[in-house]
Amino acid sequence: MDWMAAGVTLRLAAWTTGVLLVIGLPLAYWLATTRFPGRGVIEALVTLPLVLPPTVVGFYLLVATGPEGLLGRFLSLMGVDRLAFTFPGIVLGSVVFNLPFAVRPFTAAFESVDRRLVEAAWCLGVPRWRTFWKVVLPLSWPGILTGIVLSFAHSLGEFGVVLMVGGNIPGVTRTLSIAIYDEVQALNYAAADRMALALVGFALAVLSLTYLLQRKVVRR
Amino acid sequence: MTRLEVDIVRRYRTGFAVAAAWSQPVDRFSVTVLFGASGSGKTTLLRCLAGLERPDAGYIRLGGETWYDAATGYHLPPQRRGIGFVFQDYALFPHQTVAQNIAFGLGHLSKAERQRRVEELLALLELEGLADRYPAQLSGGQQQRVALARALAPRPRLLLLDEPLSALDGPTREVLRRKLRRWLATLGIPAVLVTHDWLEASTLGEQVIVLEAGHVLQQGPIEEVFSRPATTQVANIVGMETVVPGEVLHVAGGLAQVAVGSAKLMALAPEAVNSRVYVCIRAEEVTLLAAPPEATSARNRLQGHVVAIESEGALVRVALDVGFPLVALVTPHAREELRLEVGCTVWAVVKATAVHLVPR
Repeated sequence: MDWMAAGVTLRLAAWTTGVLLVIGLPLAYWLATTRFPGRGVIEALVTLPLVLPPTVVGFYLLVATGPEGLLGRFLSLMGVDRLAFTFPGIVLGSVVFNLPFAVRPFTAAFESVDRRLVEAAWCLGVPRWRTFWKVVLPLSWPGILTGIVLSFAHSLGEFGVVLMVGGNIPGVTRTLSIAIYDEVQALNYAAADRMALALVGFALAVLSLTYLLQRKVVRR
Repeated sequence: MTRLEVDIVRRYRTGFAVAAAWSQPVDRFSVTVLFGASGSGKTTLLRCLAGLERPDAGYIRLGGETWYDAATGYHLPPQRRGIGFVFQDYALFPHQTVAQNIAFGLGHLSKAERQRRVEELLALLELEGLADRYPAQLSGGQQQRVALARALAPRPRLLLLDEPLSALDGPTREVLRRKLRRWLATLGIPAVLVTHDWLEASTLGEQVIVLEAGHVLQQGPIEEVFSRPATTQVANIVGMETVVPGEVLHVAGGLAQVAVGSAKLMALAPEAVNSRVYVCIRAEEVTLLAAPPEATSARNRLQGHVVAIESEGALVRVALDVGFPLVALVTPHAREELRLEVGCTVWAVVKATAVHLVPR
């Protein structure tokens, strides 16, 4: 078992989920409530990573964050040398690639909240942000939890984007899925098996827990 | 005198437009009824008043304060209008208890004040003992009262009611209709009520605006609109042709004797009897006879004469004077058989259950 890779994997999944919460919740709320006619295009962009090969997403990220890329030039202005082959780099790649797994359930959850409850809160003089915290969030948290779990579980097994953007640096960008690939390449099937089994077990446990929790909520 | 002044147009991209204008005092209990079938635009007007929808032209003012003005593009958000909105199916927060629902708009108060206000409302709306229940554990009538309590808690300057009783079963609706008027009158809160139920309108309303397809067909004091509909269209929508003031003489065994004009009528006594009432009779409920009726189960037999006759679609509308103005709807066949002409004498028969008493 490559414990260093397991550590990187967990850190990557935790960071990815955290960042997705911060940018995904406002984006999803905007998508759920806007009447903006270009909404469909934004939704398509968010969903795109679901259908694109990870290598394509990784390739563009690599180009964009390189010294000639737009993002890369902005980052060097901010004092960041490079994102490629660093841990923040693979977090960025993982966030982009997991966007649909978080934003789509979040949006569906927000859309399922009865609009009139929001209006009732407004008519009671409650400001918009407070209405969001007191009404929308409590009523949509099962869907938000789904989004969190899906993106966490999915980024545990991230391979293509991480390999493209991060390469294979032990303790920095080498995740479990990459370690498994290496062991298989080295014909070290026993080691690969242990790590693969660990990933399967962990993902299964996380998903089961979520479904159990959701059942409980629905029953109440 | 502080007044609510409304003159707005709301246009939709489909071409549908709603327009209405009225004014009402807001420094005392007063109710304007927006009356019409579903799709008439009455709920749209209410949502514009709340600030949930933005009109396309006109203005809304309360006292010296502007809520909406198309000329300047000014639109005050719902949070700052100081209104209470009771939604048709209540829109209670399902994840909060009754007490939390009622306290929801009281964030500006201290904890102790908030608790006192919640208890006041629980007592006023007869919700004691339900404070810790969730909305799903309440009956329809209880939910309705919680919705009302929640809207009243922050002491709104104007209460907006969207078909507040329509989701209730008959007996509950009957009881709440009377109580609703008492509560609003006790608190002195002005209200705008959306309904398609004439009984609700006449129990609660002072002025009524009859809407169809986004247009105002008639507006004015409720008894005037209901008893003298300007057009047959209005008469059909309100469905209540005779509305006359009366005085309850006495009540016995659930029946009330009412003096109306120079006639006396028997009616089912409402739960809380005012001595001053409006007597309401639908034209379809009036039977006409050419000769004095013999034994009949109908309690009201009135002699009078025909004042006017006009045909109305497949039916004939006969205006009578039986000691008070009474309208009957009969078929053209009946008109021929009875040889009805203006000035001729007829007897009108009305069952006691068809005479509705509305407190005035």
